[in-house]
Amino acid sequence: MKGILSGNEAIARGAFEAGVKVATAYPGTPSTEILENIIQYEGINASWSPNEKVSLDIGIGASFGGGRALVAMKHVGVNVAADPLFTLSYTGVNGGLVLVTADDPEMHSSQNEQDNRNYAKFVKIPMLEPADSQECKDFTLLAFEISERFDTPVMLRTTTRISHSKSIVELGEPVQGLPEAKLVRNAAKLVMLPGNARVRHPLVEERVKKLGEYGANSDINQMEMRSKEIGVITSGVPYQYVREVLPDASTLKLGMVYPLPIELIKEFASRVKRLYVVEELDPFIEEQVKAAGIAVIGKGLLPICGELTPGRIRDAFAEAGIVGADPISAGKVQLQGLSLPGRPPNMCPGCPHRGVFFSLNQLKAYVTGDIGCYTLGFMPPLSAMDTCICMGASIGMAIGVTKVVSEEERKKVVAVIGDSTFLHTGINGLMDMVYNDVPATVIILDNRITAMTGRQENPASGFTLKDQPASRIDIAELCKAMGVRNVRTIDPYDLAATKNAIKEEMNRPAPSVIVTDRPCVLVKRAGVFTRGPVLTVTEENCTGCRSCLKIGCPALVWKTVDGKKGKAVIDNLLCSGCDVCRQLCKFEAIERVR
Amino acid sequence: MSGAITNILLVGVGGQGILLASEILSETFMLAGFDVKKSEIHGMSQRGGSVVSHVRYGSRVFSPIVPEGEGDILFGFELLETCRYLSLLKKGAAIIANDLCIPPPAVLSGKENYPEGLAEKIRSLFPDFLLVDGLKLANEAGNPRTANTALLGAVSKRLDIPEEYWMKAIEKMVPPKAFEVNRKAFLAGRKL
Repeated sequence: MKGILSGNEAIARGAFEAGVKVATAYPGTPSTEILENIIQYEGINASWSPNEKVSLDIGIGASFGGGRALVAMKHVGVNVAADPLFTLSYTGVNGGLVLVTADDPEMHSSQNEQDNRNYAKFVKIPMLEPADSQECKDFTLLAFEISERFDTPVMLRTTTRISHSKSIVELGEPVQGLPEAKLVRNAAKLVMLPGNARVRHPLVEERVKKLGEYGANSDINQMEMRSKEIGVITSGVPYQYVREVLPDASTLKLGMVYPLPIELIKEFASRVKRLYVVEELDPFIEEQVKAAGIAVIGKGLLPICGELTPGRIRDAFAEAGIVGADPISAGKVQLQGLSLPGRPPNMCPGCPHRGVFFSLNQLKAYVTGDIGCYTLGFMPPLSAMDTCICMGASIGMAIGVTKVVSEEERKKVVAVIGDSTFLHTGINGLMDMVYNDVPATVIILDNRITAMTGRQENPASGFTLKDQPASRIDIAELCKAMGVRNVRTIDPYDLAATKNAIKEEMNRPAPSVIVTDRPCVLVKRAGVFTRGPVLTVTEENCTGCRSCLKIGCPALVWKTVDGKKGKAVIDNLLCSGCDVCRQLCKFEAIERVR
Repeated sequence: MSGAITNILLVGVGGQGILLASEILSETFMLAGFDVKKSEIHGMSQRGGSVVSHVRYGSRVFSPIVPEGEGDILFGFELLETCRYLSLLKKGAAIIANDLCIPPPAVLSGKENYPEGLAEKIRSLFPDFLLVDGLKLANEAGNPRTANTALLGAVSKRLDIPEEYWMKAIEKMVPPKAFEVNRKAFLAGRKL
């Protein structure tokens, strides 16, 4: 049987066929759909974790207990999980453990484009890199075999173009005869105190060597001889682009990008006249090939920044005179002399974050931001975010800023963070704020869902990955229990109250937390979000002052009437009835439709 | 069509149903026995941003994204977005677009204007341009939400794939209750 699967769907299928017992993740584009798809398969205990470190900790426990475990995250999630990962390399596994890292070259939905192949070398564990969905499934199965055979965690690396591309996959049946999971004690291997770890480290080095030999003799790396003029070492989706742009070139397609099969690379190099590496982001393969004394061209030709595309590869090889002038771009058609307005993403109509950022803008707050839909509060016309680094960083940044600026400026500092991000790693920042009595203000935007990645449940949403009711963490009570004396909950649809609360807390010379309590408008579960009566503009009353446009709601449209002065119009299909724009109108031109 | 690859681009605004349409296309091509790949970006763009989906089929497809300048067919869900991706097309490519304008944020706030005369400009560059009133066809079929399916019908006429595969794919991808109205909308578009 076959189907068209995305890379993420194929990894989920591979986990099922590999007999995975436990799957954990924190959502993050482009990795999110792996866990969302894994729940269709019986027999896998799959769950969202509060963060990637917890995901990996759970995976490690499952592996030590003898079950196969898959842990999935986006590239920056591995930074969070890096602490256990480095030492897991020393202990090795019991049941196989595969960590999926979904990288995002081009930063389609990320704050950086770090190349996580470097982690494999840094942690000294094997990394497999599939080039299409079939390989996503096959390599997931193989990763578990390698993990158990070589007593090592294995990283499976995708990129956005692999995770989110679909191609045809031949489906198989689950493997049989895996050993039963049970408690096995082996403290010398699993308790990493200095004495034990010193024994393990040489084994790690030995393992890297063995894996290199395995890679040189395994089907996972494939030498495909065509013309002897040009040879290209490549892996992942760039392999597909190379086959398209340089169809006659010989290729060495690496399915295992660490450790590299140096002997195989030497043989390939000896069989072609000119050798290139085509890889996205860092010169990861190139540097190791050069260190082995093999002449090769890589980043001298291709960019380090951004993702590769067939066009970018073709242009680079054409410029170097390796392929003929690009026959296609000669025929490229462009709209001349017409500038098209951009279409950046925007908060939804009725988004509860909108009024908060409008108020922060009005109060001229210095906003240390965080990762979520609300990062869009940076965009005009709200323009109310001053910093954004990584998950959970907003609170720590607010504390740091507060420590260095003047008493007067200190009052401007506000950290803004979502519910899921707060529970991910923001909570530790708040502990510091309470512990060290820092007079900053934190706004926790509790919309009861992990929204940006496509509405995933979290410990404060009241439901699990499998949609089962769950204990719901009450964020305001949690903050109080941590020792924050000034905790208040506000309705972010009430603009005056929102602005007033933020202003009061900004002026308060003590740690304070404001929790907003409106749900995401996209939550479909009954009884969470209810659409209010939609709003409409009474044309006669509208003076065209544009006050309502300052909140940047997609449902509010500016229309010029008969070439005269414009007026605001509300799209009643888009309007969610949040009522925020009505509170901005000084002329009673906006009314609720009954 | 053996050997050659056909490159289709679907473009529009996040939330317009582009992913479902591209799923139906790829399912159809697989059923018809072709190798298929498709690619798109999820995540931030879903919040009302610009969206492009790539679908490619042939005897063997390597890249999941359409190489720049090699697009054969552009399926536009919105006019401004249709214009935005013209540079991905080859000369003489066919364009089937919905006659729909969705103002982007800068236009909503009155800072910029929605460009005028886009359809004429597209036609001057790509004579093989079919502008479809998707909503009208959908209403005639009995449900305004089938506009995408009607447009898909118009796209299907440019592709040498038997009707039965289209129907099978639609049947698989839409809820059973909605199949009949989608079938009607598809056939209405296919007659254009």
